[in-house]
Amino acid sequence: MKIIIMGCGRLGAHLARRLDREGHDVTVIDRMSDSFARLGSDFQGTMVLGIGIDEDVMRRAGIETADAFIAVSNGDNTNAMAAEIAKLVFKVPRVVARLYDPVREETYHTLGLMETICPTVMASDQVREIILGNGRK
Amino acid sequence: MYIIIVGGGKIGYYLAKTLLPDEHEILIIEKDKRRGDIITADLGGIVLRGDGTDSIVMEEAGMARADLAVAVTGDDEDNLMICQMAKKKFGVKRTIARINNPKNERIFKLLGIDNTVSVTDLILAQIEREIPAQSLVHLLTLREAGVSFIEAKVPAGSPVIGKALRSLGVPDDCVIPLIIRNGKGIVPYGETQLEIGDEVVAVTTIVKEDVLERILSGALLK
Repeated sequence: MKIIIMGCGRLGAHLARRLDREGHDVTVIDRMSDSFARLGSDFQGTMVLGIGIDEDVMRRAGIETADAFIAVSNGDNTNAMAAEIAKLVFKVPRVVARLYDPVREETYHTLGLMETICPTVMASDQVREIILGNGRK
Repeated sequence: MYIIIVGGGKIGYYLAKTLLPDEHEILIIEKDKRRGDIITADLGGIVLRGDGTDSIVMEEAGMARADLAVAVTGDDEDNLMICQMAKKKFGVKRTIARINNPKNERIFKLLGIDNTVSVTDLILAQIEREIPAQSLVHLLTLREAGVSFIEAKVPAGSPVIGKALRSLGVPDDCVIPLIIRNGKGIVPYGETQLEIGDEVVAVTTIVKEDVLERILSGALLK
């Protein structure tokens, strides 16, 4: 599968290495070249330097033939906009955006354009689960 | 009207200052304390400090009862988020977004944000108007209606000099309602002859623009 990941922070880099090891064709976009160091020396995929909401940068990353686009930069708004461009302009079949703000996440989830994940809600659910100990050790 | 302006930079600030005397209720949402203090010192307590793309701040601002949300921060992704949240989450009927990168105008349209203002585009249009090398200048484009207002200057040596408008073969979908000659406006008729330095203003359908450009530049005259 051809996968583009926007944002090479902890999550972006982790995901990129994992999918790369599993044999997928991975391209990572980030606006700072230093971030690519997180990918490690054995990363086989492609690195593209640039702003992830710029159509030309997305094209350079090969978005026109991508099967999936994952927006995991550190900005909710950048992720939402990049994911919307991927879906509406480039018609990428699978689009996922990380949004930290639960309300923003809910709103974008309701719009139905993209898959959204909210680490705040996920972590909150898990912490609650742990301290209330409902069946989890 | 209750107007929420997100972004207290120069544009947000002067916008508020201009709108306040018209009895509108204005609120500026601004992240930076220093910026907020400057505005408060001049315009009074109309500033809410916070991240205007954050839903909690939007709620605090009373976004749900706003008649108009104006997003004028320096970041397009923030302006997009503000308008989309205002529309989809808070049900605000009208939103206006500032666009910094002209390439994003099309994307904003696709995403349902119809009212956009691109400062870069406005300045570009002004530059086109000032530089005579460009034979055709866009004055105004009504994309929905498929019509544009253009201006062409008649340069020295142009084959159209001395020709009557009637003889140029202007297509049906174009009209020439105005010629500016030596700084004065003339409403021309078919027999009006073009002179050096004339600025010809035309209204045309967008599809006929190219033809009109070739006619006015004299390329179609022999």
